[in-house]
Amino acid sequence: MAVPGSLLFVERNARVYRRTWRGSVISTFLNPILYLLAMGLGLGTLVDDGGGATQLDVDYLTYLAPGLLAAATMMTAAGESMYPVMAGMKWNKYYHDALATPLSIRDLVVGHFGWLAARILFTAVVFTGVMASFGTISLVKAPLLIIPSVLGGLAFAGPITAYAAQLKNESGLAAVFRFVITPLFLFSGTFFPIEELPDWMEPFAYATPLWHAVDLTRSVALGIPTTLDPVIHYAVLVGFLIAGGFVADRYFHKRLRV
Amino acid sequence: MTEPLVRASGLTKRFGDFTAVDDVDFVVNPGEVFGFLGPNGAGKSSTMKMIGAVSPVTAGNLTVFGLDPEADGARIRARLGSVPQDNLLDTELTVFENLFIYGRYFDLPKAVIRERIDELLAFAHLEERRDDLVDPLSGGMKRRLTIARALINQPDLILLDEPTTGLDPQARHALWDRLYRLKRQGVTLIITTHYMDEAEQLCDRLVVMDNGKIVAEGSPRSLIGRFATRDVVELRFSLDMQPAESELEGLAKRIESLPDRTLLYTDNADATLVDLTERSLAIESTIVRRSTLEDVFLRLTGRSLID
Repeated sequence: MAVPGSLLFVERNARVYRRTWRGSVISTFLNPILYLLAMGLGLGTLVDDGGGATQLDVDYLTYLAPGLLAAATMMTAAGESMYPVMAGMKWNKYYHDALATPLSIRDLVVGHFGWLAARILFTAVVFTGVMASFGTISLVKAPLLIIPSVLGGLAFAGPITAYAAQLKNESGLAAVFRFVITPLFLFSGTFFPIEELPDWMEPFAYATPLWHAVDLTRSVALGIPTTLDPVIHYAVLVGFLIAGGFVADRYFHKRLRV
Repeated sequence: MTEPLVRASGLTKRFGDFTAVDDVDFVVNPGEVFGFLGPNGAGKSSTMKMIGAVSPVTAGNLTVFGLDPEADGARIRARLGSVPQDNLLDTELTVFENLFIYGRYFDLPKAVIRERIDELLAFAHLEERRDDLVDPLSGGMKRRLTIARALINQPDLILLDEPTTGLDPQARHALWDRLYRLKRQGVTLIITTHYMDEAEQLCDRLVVMDNGKIVAEGSPRSLIGRFATRDVVELRFSLDMQPAESELEGLAKRIESLPDRTLLYTDNADATLVDLTERSLAIESTIVRRSTLEDVFLRLTGRSLID
């Protein structure tokens, strides 16, 4: 049986990761711990003592953790959607390399997203593991967080991959973190309910995948209802993934088939 | 007569308004070393990419292994070995990993790849560097590794785009030796180069390309026979002492004046040298050599192959 080209490309990425994982392991394992310690326990003590726990119905650490989980998969997705794509197109051109073999451009696109899903899944598993060790979620419930958080990451992977695929030089990469990822991280309900935002800002949160992912993960973690119908939340996330993936595929073909 | 491996007719490649390959015809037969000789920008690489089924044909007809690159790209590439101009190795990985991953792209079983890697490392003389990262390897080693990698699927046809550009003479000769060995094994090679000595050394048959067109075709010897003389006498004159054309008239079959030297094309260099001494010219140095493809190119295009 012939192995699909996209799977062979996933295998390539896994092999490269096996050599380079040390660089990202700190951010994968240590960042959740640091954030939960600093924000959840440090800042959380102030919030809880200041009446936050009553308002949120739950202590701040428990409230925050699922939000941070969704943000963490977003970060992984953003990084893995940009640097490897830039490298494949421009830096060491490993896409060009693969295209001299039986692999097709579509194989690269599908393999890229396949590998991203695995990377995001890894982040989500580690993060929920850390959450469980902090006692913010039971081990039974923890696996339920995987699907919404991974999907949340993939919703970013679609458009960011498309963006990176048409980028001519690397200065555009930092802009994504500066103007998209960081503001979303701060204002999409990760740290506080978006109802606390000025009214005019709320619709912006609705339009971003992160808020939908946060709302879903938090509802699962805390056992509370979602803000909108969960179908809508999931539809938005899947929509971002599919639309982004479609545009990414177009750009990959435009750039690599010359 | 066996079916040609590659057949192109009216092959054309355009990028927007720019025509990189302009209506060219050629065939490449099994077992031969076929060359594209021409300066940078002549359309050699664009032609190679179309043969390699990575770049779509704009117009004309192209078959590789009798297949259409547009419809059967993956099947063609499965039987090709590609050595691109820039090595495109993964510098973060080791020599072994580069070969292994490439082998997996062809969906070869892992045990087969391991076995072939041992052979290829010996072939490329890189056994000692098996587990080293690619980055610190010398230019010649990287080139040999790229060629070894192109062999992992035991291709029927290997495309080498400027295989020795940027290498020192020793590394070039080591590489040529490897390519000879492949040829002896019956592998068909297509080479682009702007080095005439490389084309003469390696190619059974070649086409000369200029501005996207094929301007001549034949074996290196036949091209030299057709477009140049047996010998060339190269004269260098002292500064500002370049003689008028009339002063050189009758010395050779053809005279070519370049900015830095004058070339006398003759079938008998000795006689020409005798004639020269009879004319009192301020000659600084004289070199007598056999004609090369460089001379053919000069004759065909009026320009030197390497600026």
